[in-house]
Amino acid sequence: MYKLSGVTKEYQKGSRVVAALRGVDLVIEDGEWLAVQGRTGHGKTTLLQMLGGLDRPTSGTVEFDGQDLAAMRESQLTGVRAASIGFIFQTFNLVPTLSAAENVEAALVPLHVAAGSRRARAAAALESVGLADRARHVPSELSGGQQQRVAIARALVKEPKVLLADEPTGNLDEDTRDEIIGLLERLWREHGHTLVLVTHDSALARRAQRVAVMKNGQLAISRAAGGRTAAT
Amino acid sequence: MFFTYLRRELRRRMRQAAFIAMGLAVGIGLVITVTAASAGVRNAQGTVLHSLYGVGTDVTVTKKPAAGSGGPGSFGFRGQTGTSTRPAAGTTIDIDNLRGAGLGTLASSSVTSISRVHDVAAAAGGLTLTDTKITGKIPAFNSSSGGGFGGGGGGSSGGGSFRGSFTPTSFSVNGVDIATGELGPLSSGKITSGRTFDSSDVSANVAVVDSNYATSNKLKTGSTVTIAKTSFKVVGIVSEPAGDSTSDVYIPLARAQALGTSSTGGTLKNDVNSIYVAAASASDIGSVQKAISGLLPGATVTTSASLASQVTGSLASASSLANNLGKWLAIAVLIAAFALAALLTMSAVSRRVREFGTLKALGWPSRRIVGQVMGESIVVGIIGGAVGVALGFGGAALVSKLAPSLTAQVGPTTGSASPGGARTFGGGGFGGGGFGGGAGNSFRNAAADAGHAVAVHLTAPVTLTAILAAVLLAVAGGLVAGSFGGWRAARLRPAAALAKVE
Repeated sequence: MYKLSGVTKEYQKGSRVVAALRGVDLVIEDGEWLAVQGRTGHGKTTLLQMLGGLDRPTSGTVEFDGQDLAAMRESQLTGVRAASIGFIFQTFNLVPTLSAAENVEAALVPLHVAAGSRRARAAAALESVGLADRARHVPSELSGGQQQRVAIARALVKEPKVLLADEPTGNLDEDTRDEIIGLLERLWREHGHTLVLVTHDSALARRAQRVAVMKNGQLAISRAAGGRTAAT
Repeated sequence: MFFTYLRRELRRRMRQAAFIAMGLAVGIGLVITVTAASAGVRNAQGTVLHSLYGVGTDVTVTKKPAAGSGGPGSFGFRGQTGTSTRPAAGTTIDIDNLRGAGLGTLASSSVTSISRVHDVAAAAGGLTLTDTKITGKIPAFNSSSGGGFGGGGGGSSGGGSFRGSFTPTSFSVNGVDIATGELGPLSSGKITSGRTFDSSDVSANVAVVDSNYATSNKLKTGSTVTIAKTSFKVVGIVSEPAGDSTSDVYIPLARAQALGTSSTGGTLKNDVNSIYVAAASASDIGSVQKAISGLLPGATVTTSASLASQVTGSLASASSLANNLGKWLAIAVLIAAFALAALLTMSAVSRRVREFGTLKALGWPSRRIVGQVMGESIVVGIIGGAVGVALGFGGAALVSKLAPSLTAQVGPTTGSASPGGARTFGGGGFGGGGFGGGAGNSFRNAAADAGHAVAVHLTAPVTLTAILAAVLLAVAGGLVAGSFGGWRAARLRPAAALAKVE
């Protein structure tokens, strides 16, 4: 469970101080699907980075399972990310020199999983996103949709508690977008992880249990959406 | 995963990796070539110094000839027929003298005194002499045309056919201290036929002949050679290293002392004119030199270091080139290669910021990412090192093949430290001035006033140490480059790295 209290994030831009988050308070329950919407530059991605321990707030606390991510040492944060948090990025962010299977395996490297087990788990993850036959292909040999499926498999292979997705359909055409939305929803139902999804796409946001809207660094609205529930 | 990732990344950046590796290779190749050339020059210097000095000798002791004693020796006609002032025409002349020339004498007891000096391992005396033979018949000549016997300078005018009537020959003779054979002029030679001296030869008329002299005079083991009218049996032929300045004939020291005369005509019975000294260790050479200088105030005490400083000629130029220009050029290229490798690696890291940011988001610790960058750089460094070693071998082979023969010149020195220095038959010749005259008729030691030249071929040996050093340098180059790149990668904040637009 996440509990954010008075989270503020300020950046120095030249002589100006820009506040990306202004006193955000938020609770995200385990297994919840939360969609975060808002216009560009209003703090959606910054909020996601706070949840993922990729950045620290200027003030406030980001509690994850009772531990304040903001107060953790870098090595502890790295450990939390390695074990409990999966990321999906808009631009896929696959390592271009590694094959689809090796990209998925990369998520298990910091967990010191033995090579054989790593390969088996990566193959299973690729199978679950329908890319078993593309395991040996490098990203440049895959379509955008296929690359995002590899990224989803990479995020899920370690069976994280939380999946953080930043505009996962932003770079995809409409058909592929629907395909990826369907996949994310299916996996969320199957795995029961917490899903925080930043999106401009209202169609995608509507599928979430709750929708939060970021405006000028503040969580302006939080409303119930479709009321879907995870399987577990 | 580490090696797969490393291999794929290097393959992706093949051109850049090859560029970095080549930069390192050129630097390392140059270091190996220069090191090999330096070693070659050092070896050449060693060869030269050994040839001038004798293997195992750390210090030589000689003495300047006494003032005026360097002048001509007179060749008397005692026992010849003719008048008391002038031999009659047709008189047979047969002179065979063994004389010291160019070096002053030292008492034999000095050898013992020196051997007692603290830190002296061994000391051996030696006599460097010249055997001169003049044979012929006094011709009939017109007394009005020449200066007559006992006349002035050694001019070549006059004399008519007088000069053509005599056959002067000379060769160098070295009296060897048999008791300490590991020191002195024979120490660097190799016996190619027969044997060297043994303890039973101390007072025997036996000789070891230099191979070149033996060839030109058709001498072999068992032949005889006449020195100061005494027959010596050749018991061995010795070959000195290339470029060595050898004596023509080596005889036991006691025999040289018995038969030789000083340049002033005195006996050499208890004298030597060179003392070869071995110090207990290389670090003792300075103190030994000092002690001997105190013991024998009039003597010239020379060490290999002081001799090396007197080496001039193209060898000295090559040494200076290898040690100065070559060394600094190699260092400059190496620094440039390291800097280039570091810059390119940092630039490669900059291009992979999002990739490393993603890996950090996946939970890769910074040290793992730094290790990946360092690993890539070290592999490039090792490839550069391997190519560099090959280039180094090529460069060294080229140096060995293309380098001209180097010459080294020592001197001019008085009381020369080159006891085996070449002798020439110099002076004014046998002119109408006549025997016993002023400046003419002298045999002088060329080493004493013209220096001693030795030619050596430069080879550039690549040593295992140089190869190991090169490999270490290559790895160091990789580490330096990787450290810069890794440092940059470690400092990446994941959020900032992921926000970077590519």
